[in-house]
Amino acid sequence: METRTSFLPALLAVLVVTASVAPAWAQTDFSGEWAAMRHEDNEDRGPGPDLGDYTGLPINEAALQKAEAWDASVLSLPERQAQPHPAHYFMYGPRPSPRIEKVLDPVTGDLLAYTLAGTFGRADRTIWLDGRPHPSEYAEHTWQGFSTGEWEGDTLVITTTHIKYGVVRRNGVPGSPEAVVTERWTRYGDLLMVLMHVDDPIYLDEPLVRTNVLRADPGQHTGRITPFETVDEVLVRETGNVPHYPMGTEHRGFAQRVGLPFEATRGGAETMYPEYQLHLQVLIAEMAGEANND
Amino acid sequence: MTRGSSWLRAPRLGALAVLALVAGLVPLSTSLRAQQSPVEVLHVQGNVYMLAGAGGNITLQIGEDGVLVVDTGTAGMAEAVLAEIRALSSLPIRYVVNTHLHEDHTGGNPVIALAGQSFRSGGGGRGGAMTRDPGASVIANENVYFAMSLPVNGEAPRPFEAWPTSTFVTALKTLYFNGEPIELRHTPNAHTDGDVMVFFRRSDVISAGDLFLTTAFPVIDVARGGTLQGILDGLNAIIDITIPEINQMRGTRVIPGHGRYGNESDVVEFRDMATIVRDRVRDMADTGFTLQQVIDARPALEYEGLYGATTGPWTTAMFLEAVYQEVSP
Repeated sequence: METRTSFLPALLAVLVVTASVAPAWAQTDFSGEWAAMRHEDNEDRGPGPDLGDYTGLPINEAALQKAEAWDASVLSLPERQAQPHPAHYFMYGPRPSPRIEKVLDPVTGDLLAYTLAGTFGRADRTIWLDGRPHPSEYAEHTWQGFSTGEWEGDTLVITTTHIKYGVVRRNGVPGSPEAVVTERWTRYGDLLMVLMHVDDPIYLDEPLVRTNVLRADPGQHTGRITPFETVDEVLVRETGNVPHYPMGTEHRGFAQRVGLPFEATRGGAETMYPEYQLHLQVLIAEMAGEANND
Repeated sequence: MTRGSSWLRAPRLGALAVLALVAGLVPLSTSLRAQQSPVEVLHVQGNVYMLAGAGGNITLQIGEDGVLVVDTGTAGMAEAVLAEIRALSSLPIRYVVNTHLHEDHTGGNPVIALAGQSFRSGGGGRGGAMTRDPGASVIANENVYFAMSLPVNGEAPRPFEAWPTSTFVTALKTLYFNGEPIELRHTPNAHTDGDVMVFFRRSDVISAGDLFLTTAFPVIDVARGGTLQGILDGLNAIIDITIPEINQMRGTRVIPGHGRYGNESDVVEFRDMATIVRDRVRDMADTGFTLQQVIDARPALEYEGLYGATTGPWTTAMFLEAVYQEVSP
């Protein structure tokens, strides 16, 4: 009797302690070299979108005004030539073909973090799995942001904050420093599916949701970081000149090229949903009618 | 994120703190103080720290020679700031530098400066500078001294203890302190007419004062000689100085007057925003828009969520009005 009463609290204590400090092990292993497949949205991710193509983006009026002002010449400024892609975008963009590595506790062997190297411009990232909090509001924002991960079964759910001002599409559609990116990594054999949510209270009315599938590629080798060297692209430029389109500019070229009504290229949360097809049919009919009248 | 997590401070200090706590060498009250303090301490780089939450951001440079403080926050937070400085170093506060005159950046001058000890209090060879004994040397552009001691528009003078003790009128004043060269660069007619940015050359950190903000549109104190063009000139000067380590990452860090610290890319975003809004307002003014028409057109719409305000001391409308008055033909 005396033995039982002293054993049970001890057992409970052990269970409580082990449950509360369980290391992040025994889940799916994501380490290795992964190749981008780009079978989804290749035109957008590879060559890049047209100016004025905001289709399917849940952007608000503020984002639209910023995107319409964006001039690709701004990337010729020395201070912008070497920018990597930001965390709003880099797991979707023209890469990544990353190397993912484990960071293990040197004493216990517990999985503390994953590192990921190989996004465009190499804002290599660390995804902390050790329960640490996200930094203060006064801490620096970086291109890769600050990422922590938690397991939901075999899916790794990654939350990224503290991202620099960037883009969610490479035609100037902005991603703000206030955005939070949530990724869900799920492995299906040699395939790694990345499901991304961008929640941006400044520029998005609803979360921007994207997927990207990577394929395990043991023959790949992601090398060391290559510095982007800034060069003289424009020799005569007034100090402080910032290329941008004037307010009120409407980039209509994309709509004309693909034969869409201009309104349908302007983005907005409603354009993400199947029901928008009905409205689109009305717009197309109106466009056809206007063409006939002309 | 709660205040006082060890990783926010210098890794070395954080590790020492953990070891000391484990060894029972540090009283529990010390760690509780850190958690309860309204002032947040962030190790930026090298010898430089940023203190946030005490009004305008405060920059500390700490080393074997003592402590240099850039701006001192509000008067009401001065004791809390001093406690954080003392937690980081027991060596004398030798210098206080004011980036400009406003109370949220200089209100703590009396407490912080008087807690220090200038190098120049012994007499002889003092280079002509005033100082108090005891007290740290308080350095600022001469216009800060005039604004504090001889205010205009019926304002009361600031307390004598808040005044600068060492002023300069040139574009550049230099110090060598704690093993690094330090540049004090005057940026004329920017946020005010007495702005100074401080560049710690070895630590590779710039303390920009209110030239650079991450929480508001550029604040133009027109009554004190401020202009948007001066702010843009100052931001472009910062962009000339800053060098990223690789691919616009890390490198020279910049501490803003308010908000989070960053690197060149963050200053570029702020500069681009200010330039684009200036250009738009100028285009509208050139075509005859009234101020109200400019405000109604919302030329800063895409930036309002990050920098704008509809109430308080610096609204979006006030910013647009200041820009409009400056660029109108």
